Amino acid sequence: MPVLYTADHEWIDTSDAAAATVGITVHAQDALGDVVFVDLPSVGATFNKGDVAGVVESVKAAADLYMPVGGEIVAVNEALRADPSLANTDPLANGWFFKVRLSDPTETGALMDQAAYDTLVKNA
Amino acid sequence: MADPDPTAALLKTPLHALNVELGAKLVPFAGYEMPVSYPRGILAEHRHCREAAGLFDVSHMGQLRLVGDDAAAALETLVPVDIGGLAEGKQRYAFFTNDAGGIRDDLMVTRRADHLFLIVNAACKGDDIAHLRATIASRCAIEPLPEQALLALQGPQAAAVIGRLAPALARLTFMSGAAATVAGIACFATRSGYTGEDGFEISVAARDAEALARALLAEPEVEPVGLGARDTLRLEAGLCLYGHDIDTTTTPVEAALTWAIQKVRRPGGGRASGYPGAAVIERQLAEGAARKRAGLIGLERAPVREGAAIVDAAGIAIGRVTSGTLGPSVGQPVALAYVPSASAVPGTLLDAEVRGKRQPMRVATLPFAPHHYFRG
Repeated sequence: MPVLYTADHEWIDTSDAAAATVGITVHAQDALGDVVFVDLPSVGATFNKGDVAGVVESVKAAADLYMPVGGEIVAVNEALRADPSLANTDPLANGWFFKVRLSDPTETGALMDQAAYDTLVKNA
Repeated sequence: MADPDPTAALLKTPLHALNVELGAKLVPFAGYEMPVSYPRGILAEHRHCREAAGLFDVSHMGQLRLVGDDAAAALETLVPVDIGGLAEGKQRYAFFTNDAGGIRDDLMVTRRADHLFLIVNAACKGDDIAHLRATIASRCAIEPLPEQALLALQGPQAAAVIGRLAPALARLTFMSGAAATVAGIACFATRSGYTGEDGFEISVAARDAEALARALLAEPEVEPVGLGARDTLRLEAGLCLYGHDIDTTTTPVEAALTWAIQKVRRPGGGRASGYPGAAVIERQLAEGAARKRAGLIGLERAPVREGAAIVDAAGIAIGRVTSGTLGPSVGQPVALAYVPSASAVPGTLLDAEVRGKRQPMRVATLPFAPHHYFRG
């Protein structure tokens, strides 16, 4: 399962380019603290890589969610919208945020692999 | 070349080593390294405080004494509060005003046998001491207490814990204080706090602070709680945070704090006026003010935070949010905001603007979460 990472501590699972899953990393949820609200993009919306797709809010602050790649939103996690704490308790699986149909699969080439992301976190 | 330590300039409280040992997430606050949360996290710490007993390190705050027979009268020239009538062992909430009737800082004042004991906000303590020295130094001794730490034990089980360690303190009622020995350690405690819950604020010598904190943490009901939960607790309790809900541009009338101005200091009272901004405040006491602080509950799920505009139907800003979060006990977004006085009526529907979208809110009576003060 090719999971790649961004410098903003988001992960993207590109095993299905028609519906790549995006979420936040363990490091991200730990830095945020308790997540209390998520503002998810609308299904059908299209964004460019780097656009703000939504917001994840902890008790103390709101943080932007960025598009790791460009594309169309094909699904959002309603379970997360109903229970934002999933982003803390299960950030890599049931705490996923949205799925995107990649408009340009080559954009994934600019993302970090596991080893590179682990190094980033270690030096953070 | 190695990066300079970015925290080198931050001060540490006497509980710093303990906070590190407890795994606190430390952040800069008012020039100090302060625990924003411990490993359990803000929500769990908040709930623990409302269900059991939370221990806070608030040693960053300023503590000082005003000494001399004239101290109370002198302090009354700086605050629109009855200090002269404050009985020994009693505590009152007060605020220093400025010439425009705005608030320089809010503080707690306790009458002790031979002095007034003041607790002021950390970010203001330098300015407050300078203000006191510039105005009343000729009338009383102004003695900062930099070697005192301050702990707060708050929650429905706080009295049970204190009852075991210092039975005399457990007999105190809300807004009263006494010297006592807690776990063998001399301290001065008041039955008050900043959470809306029953609890105590305990002033203790810095050298004894860690031992006292450890003794309290050893009690089964007690867990450490950081400043993050302190903020959600006080906001649910409807309490102002200086620099956010009140500041030099807000009068006590606008801030809905007139309850703290006792009759004797109001027009017609025996010791009316005589503090900065009295003319402005007295006019507002008589006529009201154009804007008023109100509590708002969000009707949807998005938190509405400090800085958000309150907008009218046309999208024009008519007010401003000064504090806001998701209230962990209330289960909804809660906020404090200045709104037109006519709108500051419970039940009024208002919109806040968050990221370009309208968030519907309703004016609520404060506090959002009920207070549990022990009145005997």
